[in-house]
Amino acid sequence: MMRDAKLWTWHVLAGVVILVFLGLHMAIMHMDAILGIFNPAGGHPVDWGNVVERGKSVFFTVTYVILLGAALFHGLYGLRNILLELNPPDWLGKAIGIVLLLVGLGFFALGAWAAVAAHTLATSL
Amino acid sequence: MSETKEVTYRVREFDPNRDAAPHWEEYRIPYAPGMTVLDGLWKVKELHAPGLAWRSSCRMGVCGSCGMLINGKPGLACNTQISELATDVVAVAPLPNFATIRDLVPDLRPMIERHRELMPWIVRDDVGERENPTAEFWQSPEELEHYLQFSYCIKCGCCMAACPTYATDPRYSGPMPLAQAQRYNADSRDGGFAARRELLFSEKGPWRCHYAGECSRVCPKGVDPAKAIQLMKRELVLSYLRLRKTKCPSQLAKKPAGIGRREGIPEAPAPTV
Repeated sequence: MMRDAKLWTWHVLAGVVILVFLGLHMAIMHMDAILGIFNPAGGHPVDWGNVVERGKSVFFTVTYVILLGAALFHGLYGLRNILLELNPPDWLGKAIGIVLLLVGLGFFALGAWAAVAAHTLATSL
Repeated sequence: MSETKEVTYRVREFDPNRDAAPHWEEYRIPYAPGMTVLDGLWKVKELHAPGLAWRSSCRMGVCGSCGMLINGKPGLACNTQISELATDVVAVAPLPNFATIRDLVPDLRPMIERHRELMPWIVRDDVGERENPTAEFWQSPEELEHYLQFSYCIKCGCCMAACPTYATDPRYSGPMPLAQAQRYNADSRDGGFAARRELLFSEKGPWRCHYAGECSRVCPKGVDPAKAIQLMKRELVLSYLRLRKTKCPSQLAKKPAGIGRREGIPEAPAPTV
């Protein structure tokens, strides 16, 4: 019975996580001239040296995975809500939930693997 | 409003014993300044359609019986002046999002049943005091403010008719029952939060509300059900995260000391209920 309360609470918490990490992303990528954080090689934030340095960082690898999970959950839960507002029959509502769960898990596994692979590659350079 | 002394009523009529589907009928009635939409309906009934059915009672926006769709907006027929519609055509239909019993009479039972499920009354453990009260429960003016505006609800169903979520999801309880559950959850004399929580945590709870705000816009009593629902979400989320402060329902107020009845003032009659 608690399912709806639980999902909505995590939806809001995921939104907060996205806000923090997207804020960090914006600060690194678009405010480098002012802040200049996490760009140890200098120059543009997407220069090879900076990308490799961030790739070596466990902190960044972890934040990529957390942001990926939060964004997938937040987005797919929102999509589920929109689809359920079309008032599908019960079986279709359940099917939508299962399909979105599988899609989310699939993308999360792929994205997490990519983040870890990038970290492994960067540390080997 | 033009200078003509007549208005046209477009009325959506439906008799389940006679009609396969609802249909619109038009009537011309004389207009007089100060006429409400309800006055006009009585004139339609008097002059053209004696069988026309609707609910109404108090004529002063208190009982909540005459909720209907007036020129596309849910409202009370007794509380809506024809002049404020700024048109010579008054279109009236039963409240949407409810089945129609006949003509302008919506079937409000789903709303009332959900309202009852959410226990819209003071829930306390001290049943004895509740059944046979010996004094009043203490409440400060600040605590009263937490729920006062929600207690002005007259259960007319206008908010339910305006809610886009209730229109598409019959499992969603809708603004009236949820706002009334919040009215009691926010009452310092009430201890029923845990009892209502199970239903509110489910899909019948406030989770599908995405704050369109139509319920608050159309409420004829100025209640803000959308706010009640957001406050309720906050309380429920804090409860789920175990961050909500549990509070005991307020205790009995002490009887004032040293105050007696003045001479010549008779005793109140014995309670009849």
